[in-house]
Amino acid sequence: MNSFLAMGGYAAYVWPCFALTAVVLAWNILAARRSHAAARRVALRRAAARTGP
Amino acid sequence: MNWTWFHKLASPPHAYRIAARLIPWFACPAGILIAAGLYGGLVLAPADYQQGDGFRIVYVHAPSAWLSMQVYATMAAAAAVGLIWRIKLAHAVAAASAPIGASFTFLALVTGAVWGKPMWGTWWVWDARLTSELILLFLYAGVMALRASIEDRDRADRAAAVLAIVGVVNLPIIHYSVYWWNTLHQPATLTKLGKPSMAGDMLWPLLAMLLGFTLYYAAVLLVRLRGEILRRERDAAWLGTEVAR
Repeated sequence: MNSFLAMGGYAAYVWPCFALTAVVLAWNILAARRSHAAARRVALRRAAARTGP
Repeated sequence: MNWTWFHKLASPPHAYRIAARLIPWFACPAGILIAAGLYGGLVLAPADYQQGDGFRIVYVHAPSAWLSMQVYATMAAAAAVGLIWRIKLAHAVAAASAPIGASFTFLALVTGAVWGKPMWGTWWVWDARLTSELILLFLYAGVMALRASIEDRDRADRAAAVLAIVGVVNLPIIHYSVYWWNTLHQPATLTKLGKPSMAGDMLWPLLAMLLGFTLYYAAVLLVRLRGEILRRERDAAWLGTEVAR
């Protein structure tokens, strides 16, 4: 296990690359969901305003 | 040829529904392929005879570099379709692609720099491959900034589309830069004619990651596309019933 983590001496280069990739993949999912959710809130509000009280 | 299926697909309410249904069909295989690629690349693949375990960065660097160009090509193609046939959905695809592509261009540049440090002895050189990839990041930023700076959506779509299409000229420069100029960057491993210059147990995890990243892009694109459709159709009658669900 330790030798796996050591990456033959390249641990300081390999792991940050994989960690940053995980961050970018997660960010894309969260940002896309936030973007859709925000658009959905606006659309719902406008639809409610159209049908009105 | 009968084009009604196409017009139906390009109609916003239909696209909004279809996109939701398609997302898991891209997301699930993407997750499986990336997990398999990670295991294959980090555990099963043997260390490289020159670069030792440092070469394993290729399993995140190459897929992100591939996506940086693939997403740009998709964005420009969608922009061209939107410009020529005035299909709003195509502009929505282009708008949804830009931030995804920019994030993977950034990732390709950073993982490349971190890989370059132990192998070349430097984080960065102003050579053709690295510089043209950096220009790609600026192109994404330019397309997004241009779109954001124009109030009227149709004009913003057209302006962003023109810039995106002009920027396509950078793609072959990136791809062939390692052949046209002297560069530290190694030449292509996969996308050259003939057999890829990589052993099978190193190769399959890379192919899994490439396909996994591509499917992942499709899934994230569809999520963003749904948001874009809502923003563009915000006063359409179909929205009230569709979004409430």
